[in-house]
Amino acid sequence: MLQKKSTEILVGLFVALGIGALFMLAMKVSNLADFSDERGYQITAQFQNTGGLKVRSPVTMAGVRVGRVAAIELDPISYNAKVTINMHPQFDNIPADTSASIFTAGLLGEQYISLDAGADDFYLQDGDELMLTQSALVLEQVIGQFLYSVAEGN
Amino acid sequence: MPLIKIRDLHFYRGDRAIFDGVDIDIDRGKVTAIMGPSGTGKTTLLRLIGGQLRPDQGYIEIDGQNVHKLSRSKLYELRKRMGMLFQSGALLTDLNVFDNVAFPLREHTKLPEPLIRDLVLMKLQAVGLRNARKLSPSELSGGMARRVALARAVALDPMMIMYDEPFTGQDPISMGTLVNLIRRINDAMGLTSIVVSHDVAEASQIADEIYLLSGGKVIEKGSPEELKNSSSQWVRQFMDGLPDGPVPFHYPGSEFDADLLQSEHES
Amino acid sequence: MIGFIRSLGRWGLGTLERLGRGHLFLMHTLAGLPGLFLRPALVIQQLFSVGVLSVLIVLISGLFVGMVLGLQGYNTLVDFGAEESLGVLVSLSLVRELGPVVTALLFAGRAGSALTAEVGLMKSTEQLSGMEMMAVDPVRRVIAPRFLAGFISMPLLAAMFSAIGVIGAFIVGHGLLGVDDGAFWSQMQTKTDWYGDVMNGVIKSIVFGFVVTWIALYEGYDATPTSEGVGRATTRTVVHSAFAILGLDFVLTALMFGDI
Repeated sequence: MLQKKSTEILVGLFVALGIGALFMLAMKVSNLADFSDERGYQITAQFQNTGGLKVRSPVTMAGVRVGRVAAIELDPISYNAKVTINMHPQFDNIPADTSASIFTAGLLGEQYISLDAGADDFYLQDGDELMLTQSALVLEQVIGQFLYSVAEGN
Repeated sequence: MPLIKIRDLHFYRGDRAIFDGVDIDIDRGKVTAIMGPSGTGKTTLLRLIGGQLRPDQGYIEIDGQNVHKLSRSKLYELRKRMGMLFQSGALLTDLNVFDNVAFPLREHTKLPEPLIRDLVLMKLQAVGLRNARKLSPSELSGGMARRVALARAVALDPMMIMYDEPFTGQDPISMGTLVNLIRRINDAMGLTSIVVSHDVAEASQIADEIYLLSGGKVIEKGSPEELKNSSSQWVRQFMDGLPDGPVPFHYPGSEFDADLLQSEHES
Repeated sequence: MIGFIRSLGRWGLGTLERLGRGHLFLMHTLAGLPGLFLRPALVIQQLFSVGVLSVLIVLISGLFVGMVLGLQGYNTLVDFGAEESLGVLVSLSLVRELGPVVTALLFAGRAGSALTAEVGLMKSTEQLSGMEMMAVDPVRRVIAPRFLAGFISMPLLAAMFSAIGVIGAFIVGHGLLGVDDGAFWSQMQTKTDWYGDVMNGVIKSIVFGFVVTWIALYEGYDATPTSEGVGRATTRTVVHSAFAILGLDFVLTALMFGDI
């Protein structure tokens, strides 16, 4: 009976250790902890080009993460990309005329949305749309423009 | 009416006929020995009776039920009333002696643990191993393992027990113990026993009836005395253990002289 | 020539028959699982021999794999000035691939071979036949609890492997090489997705656990009942499990992460 008891204890420890490891993977390694995003509010923004922006890409303001990209779809009327953003609930005092730009982290890093605060007295509400947007910089276009202007200058 | 009725049993392994029309009756309350040279399918016969193998032709009836026509659950019900002692004992190596004997009781009954303990101790007492109940099967000698297996086989108070070669590889003392036990348990519990063996002396000592099998057929049947006095050459050879006779000493084939005259590198 | 074709045909038929028996065996085993809820003691016993006894090898291997990843990853990333991404590199490789795959390979070698040998030995010593004659279904009594235990253990072991691997990489990356610990964890957390990465890894490990345990138990149950036969079955378990793990890993990866 004693042997049976110690077996049970060890099996219990084994299961606890496994679940503990899963918990660590959830909380420490992955982003499960910031799923609180979804309890915030949603805003949308239209871009002419989203470049390499992906669902779950970060949305920052002055470098601080304030939300995540929830969905990217094509607007059937304007043929622009309509990006839905989940905002953290604690950032509820962002001016309504805030602008959004798609930037790249570093030269080859992944793309994210940066918000620039406006000066409006009204704050963004759930379902609002950001009117001022700047599309992703597409490297080929930039190089093309540069070559064109160089050629013209000569 | 016999407990087990085997009629016209045919069984093939590949193209080889193991049984080629065997009829056997096993009477209630008696010890019946099935004997024959190695490789005559004596163990196969037990597996056929236990329903682990299916015959190709013929039938086996136990207590009026055709074993191979039973549904799976009915077959399992029937097996609860049959005990079988395997050659090796087939004790479960991860359980100790006590738990091995308790195994069928725990699997098939909902008896409270104190009652199971009493029953197991009773069965172990009957085979003289009550004080070995804490040992693991690996610590037992071959003879002791078979005695534990016997205690386990009678744990559910079956109506019959099948013994597969119970005497092979035993020293004289444990052989004597086993011979004694098989007879005693059979009579004390009112069982029917089938003993498969090729040990002539021990089998004729305990059997009420002996069947001699060879070449897939029953060669002879009768009481030990009848067989001893049989006029058949084959029976004489088997019972007396003569090296040559109807079963030749030499593996059949070409003649020795002819072989010697041929070169080694024949085709 | 005819002989060759004939032997090819015989081989094909034999393989097909084995596969068929393997699936029937699986069905029989699965049918035995519900009955185990009444007898958890049987499963706990097997969780001990399948799971607990594999913990040590999994933890040690995980720690070292993580440390090596940390070292190698750092040496590559530092050339691009991206050593802060070490955490991401390590966590994604562990959680998506190495955790499930290496754990499954270790599991096949440690627990799978032991299961095959145990069941094969039970068969060769007539214990399985003996149970059948005692009206106890050996598949339900012996195979099903082992199957369930393997199925439960594998994801837990794989999670342990990944977790300790990340810790190992952190020890090397932060302790030895001086990567900033805040950057290490925050980059990792930003880029490692709970559903997309961790859960997919867990699903992989569940699939591997299922397949390895199935192969191991079937090889044991179907082994030729001699010591030589059991030995060969044990080897087959490890080889077939390795094939199955790596092949399935490709398929699962393509389904989960690839855009094929």
